[in-house]
Amino acid sequence: MSLELVCPAGTLPALRAAVDHGADAVYIGFRGATNARNFPGLNFGEAEAAEGIAYAHRRGVRVFVALNVYPSPGTWSAATDTIDCTARLGADALILADPGLMQYAARRHPGLRLHLSVQGSATNWRAIEFYRREFGIRRAVLPRVLSVTQVARLVARTSVEIEVFGFGSLCVMVEGRCALSSFATGQSPNTHGVCSPAHAVRWEETPEGRQSRLGGILIDRYAPGEPAGYPTLCKGRFRVEDKVFHALEEPTSLNALDVLPALIASGVVAVKVEGRQRSPAYVGQVTRLLRSAIDLCEASGAGRTAGGDWTVPAELVAALDALAEGRTHTLGAYHRPWQ
Amino acid sequence: MSARPMRLAVGPILYLWERRAALDFYAALCDAPVDIVYLGEVVCSKRRVLQREDWPAVALELEAAGKEVVYSTLALIEAESELATMARIIDAAGGRFEANDMAAVQYAAGRPFVAGPHLNIYNDATLGLIAAQGANRWVAPVELPLATVAALAARRPPGLEIEMFAYGRLPLAFSARCFTARAHDRPKDDCGFICGDYPDGLTLYSRDNQPFLALNGIQTQSAAVHNLQPQVAALREAGVDILRLSPQSRDFPAVIAAFRAALSANGATAACPPAALPGGYCDGYPRGAAGIDHAG
Repeated sequence: MSLELVCPAGTLPALRAAVDHGADAVYIGFRGATNARNFPGLNFGEAEAAEGIAYAHRRGVRVFVALNVYPSPGTWSAATDTIDCTARLGADALILADPGLMQYAARRHPGLRLHLSVQGSATNWRAIEFYRREFGIRRAVLPRVLSVTQVARLVARTSVEIEVFGFGSLCVMVEGRCALSSFATGQSPNTHGVCSPAHAVRWEETPEGRQSRLGGILIDRYAPGEPAGYPTLCKGRFRVEDKVFHALEEPTSLNALDVLPALIASGVVAVKVEGRQRSPAYVGQVTRLLRSAIDLCEASGAGRTAGGDWTVPAELVAALDALAEGRTHTLGAYHRPWQ
Repeated sequence: MSARPMRLAVGPILYLWERRAALDFYAALCDAPVDIVYLGEVVCSKRRVLQREDWPAVALELEAAGKEVVYSTLALIEAESELATMARIIDAAGGRFEANDMAAVQYAAGRPFVAGPHLNIYNDATLGLIAAQGANRWVAPVELPLATVAALAARRPPGLEIEMFAYGRLPLAFSARCFTARAHDRPKDDCGFICGDYPDGLTLYSRDNQPFLALNGIQTQSAAVHNLQPQVAALREAGVDILRLSPQSRDFPAVIAAFRAALSANGATAACPPAALPGGYCDGYPRGAAGIDHAG
């Protein structure tokens, strides 16, 4: 079995770019507050989704629909409508986080394949087993908290397929277990499908330099000429005791290619690329580079044993870094010292 | 609405306190006007606030003083050893435990439990299915607006009690990374239990000196203390049965006294002591606002 490459699409052109550049599956979300990339101008209506699914299916590529917020009583029916729509359109899987929605989907659409979203926060085999036992999930996407060794141990203990993140923005916190954004702005990934939402961002030019605020809180201040990034709350500079630094995480991207042989050897079935908010050009380039990396790694045979030796070609690393947040990358929690 | 009077619960100690301080804290709770005490470790599997054999003795003393005791379990479970510890705690808990990860719900399979604040329960359907798994009490996620809690309370599964986090630095996030160790340039695997130096967490400030967050090992909290003491009447009206006070190292008896007075007076007159930690008070979440907001 070849490792599956799962790519993001926030729009129809991005979906086409992912399909054309070698994705095995594409994940999309519907418009409205039912998915974790609820940004203006993004996501699909029903007709566009149908068109995207048809485009992908003609080329042998699968389409997953992500509905990964935790609806409140007020948004419940919008969420169940999305589930019904996903089933009607013949999407290949539905990615859910909320147990209540899983129960709804499993009862109403027993033929619909269910994946546990990264927002479901399942970081061990027992939690995954809960969702399998109760709702028959077929796949779980792991939060970005486990080391490579822990991923391998988990895969060995579960019958559910495991998908992990391979590239893109890095969540420092356990997905689905982070309310930092709502603490500062009133809206979080769990409640509104957003993190550090744009409407709460304010830029200021001051004598001390350019400043970014989120919900009025100073997230970072930049010296003249210093590149300024989007003020994602956990990637700001703060003061702890006498030290001003990136106290939670630097602006950087996850790139798991260095551990690709170990991930393949562990039996992970799919790697996922973050970034439904990204442009079609970005999605196309990242998809092409990761496709190439996976093909080269598999051709080398390195993934057949846990200690398989394979070095990521330098030009692939450089090309991905050029696309990355902060133009640099990390293995994140896959690499124990990061923790 | 519940016919029983509202009760006060003391949450698990979220920090690495000295053993003596923790034992003294629980000894004092025996005589304090609280009804429920949560014991155990929720944040970090490496910490040993008390030794394994200490907990049953503490529980016995509290129960002899008329308190209900609940054992809390870890929120972020990654390793096989952490699953084993969780299972041991659940099996030994006898009466009741608090699940903070779906692993605990899966393991307990039908035994009664408290659905902790770190399970993501945001709607009736999820609350109903967790109750069907054995939950007979639900601690609402901290970011849930009171209107949502009230809506769920009005249609709650039979016999389910509702608890809200009503006082303390808010537990906002968990990570694989230990931020206290990072702030001291120490690797997580060689942390030296530096978090033990911060019995109320390590305050993180914005660069213009606003107390913003508090680092507590792998957990990130609010710097401000979430305080719903002035809103006790509204919480009662919403159908909340139990208020959770999260332990802090300073002024905790005065906090308990202020909540007890508010319950007696139905929130009308009781005054709360000023916040003992940098960051003051916050109370935005119940209004559906940013959690850091403070209306008082």
